[in-house]
Amino acid sequence: MAYLQRLGVPLRRVAMQSRVFAASYHEKVIDHYENPRNVGSMNKEDSDVGTGLVGAPACGDVMKLQIRVDGDGKIVDAKFKTFGCGSAIASSSLATEWVKGKTLDDAGEIKNTTIAKELSLPPVKLHCSMLAEDAIKAALKDYKGKQDKMESTC
Amino acid sequence: MSRLGVLLWRDLRAAGGLSRRLHDSVGRTAPPALPLERSEVPESSNYGIRPLYMDVQATTRLDPRVLDAMLPYLTSLYGNPHSRTHAYGWETEEAVEAARKQVADLIGADSREIVFTSGATESNNMAIKGVARFYKAKKSHVITTQIEHKCVLDSCRALESEGMDITYLPVGKNGIINLEELESAMRPETSLVSVMTVNNEIGVRQPVEEIGQMCRSRKIFFHTDAAQAVGKVPVDVNAMTVDLMSISGHKFYGPKGIGALYVRRRPRVRLEPIMSGGGQERGMRSGTLPAPLLVGLGAACELAGREMEYDHAHVSAMSERLVKGLTSRLDHVVRNGDERQTYPGCVNLSFAYVEGESLLMAMKDVALSSGSACTSASLEPSYVLRAVGADEDLAHSSIRFGIGRFTTEEEVDFTMDRCVASVNHLREMSPLYEMVKEGIDIKSIQWSQH
Repeated sequence: MAYLQRLGVPLRRVAMQSRVFAASYHEKVIDHYENPRNVGSMNKEDSDVGTGLVGAPACGDVMKLQIRVDGDGKIVDAKFKTFGCGSAIASSSLATEWVKGKTLDDAGEIKNTTIAKELSLPPVKLHCSMLAEDAIKAALKDYKGKQDKMESTC
Repeated sequence: MSRLGVLLWRDLRAAGGLSRRLHDSVGRTAPPALPLERSEVPESSNYGIRPLYMDVQATTRLDPRVLDAMLPYLTSLYGNPHSRTHAYGWETEEAVEAARKQVADLIGADSREIVFTSGATESNNMAIKGVARFYKAKKSHVITTQIEHKCVLDSCRALESEGMDITYLPVGKNGIINLEELESAMRPETSLVSVMTVNNEIGVRQPVEEIGQMCRSRKIFFHTDAAQAVGKVPVDVNAMTVDLMSISGHKFYGPKGIGALYVRRRPRVRLEPIMSGGGQERGMRSGTLPAPLLVGLGAACELAGREMEYDHAHVSAMSERLVKGLTSRLDHVVRNGDERQTYPGCVNLSFAYVEGESLLMAMKDVALSSGSACTSASLEPSYVLRAVGADEDLAHSSIRFGIGRFTTEEEVDFTMDRCVASVNHLREMSPLYEMVKEGIDIKSIQWSQH
């Protein structure tokens, strides 16, 4: 809704309503889009950052999920960017919220079914949650790869 | 009736369209002067605010003058037009024949050449299956294009399973077929060519006049699905040398559930009917004619004929405003379909690096449509965009804007502003846009498909 205020366009009573028209979207999915949390980028060259880039533009779904891990193996920050439908955006946004504060192993346990349940995704959108799980795993793999490389060069 | 008329006018005003058009009415006295401030549009209890309607290719609202024409037949004149023995039948039959003439006049045909159906889908089925099956013994080949409406393509597929041979012509990048390719596809055993006049997704207008000439010279029947063209652009069955034409009522401010099929009498087109029954509509389509719907279709045709020039000028102006506004404020915008040989009321744009369904969700106050996979139940992106050769990721990023008789400048401006804001917001969230800004060529990346 901050949207409309920014626009400053005089409209016929559109500004006040916060409920949305799309019958098939769950409120939580809308919320992740309208109030995005953790949208952004980290420097992927940083040694404590793991980047997962999954999906394909040809499929209409691309997610980039990045995690920053501290010395104790705990994820302290996460950022995402997504090219995809509302459910894909919500799934990846939720993924970044959930990985924050978790250890690498716990983050790897996050399942697409839990994401789907939290967002009440309809069956046709389940693949969005699967891609989010893949994105988490890809970020973890990338981070581990960096750690292994660093150890081998030390 | 006038009370209802007043309610309708006010509702339409509130929806934002009619203030300029009050002086045009269907031969009635001018409607009562109404206060010019907009009244509240009733809110639907389940879904919140009503969005602006910018999806006229999907369907159009009923013109209130069409409803006026239909009302008597929905209330007191309820007879079956085929009842020959009493006044109820006679009065509705009179109305039905008057409607038939109105439809025929719009397309330059004779009344006897109009067959009423339940819509363009049925008309297409009748034309394609009916003609192909009738001439099956000697001619078993049909030609169509890859961007036809699903009902045409599916009818052709049904014919294929009956053993007929179908050629699906490809289209160029601008969405228009190549006439040389069509000519080389024609064979002695071709019975029918079916090419739509105006495409419902990208708005392109095919060169139907030339196609008609080619077909006539080879004695091949030419069918055109004119659902998106009739009532919006001038359509004449003789200028276009068309043998069969499908018409859909709800695409040009008429009621839903009614359409027509033009079937030429000279030279005679024969077809096998799909609906068996009492032999109505010269045996081509059995079933009681729905008088109210027919009267509505007739009224819509008459209005369209009278107001076509005005509507077209209005729609063109709004369309140019929209396209110029969007392309000047956003970069990486691609127009799908030819820019000139098109119906201006159908604007299909791809906003690169932003996915269509997320854009529709962002623009929830405007009713639009997208060619993205996520908006279809099958998760396949639009086959029309694929046929036009749009890159797959651009197919996922396409939005179709529809502009019609009742679209106002304010609605177009609002849509533009919302679109620009939403696209920018989504591009900030898009990894692809980020890559492009960094100078990475997206096409060179190996994506992890799954």
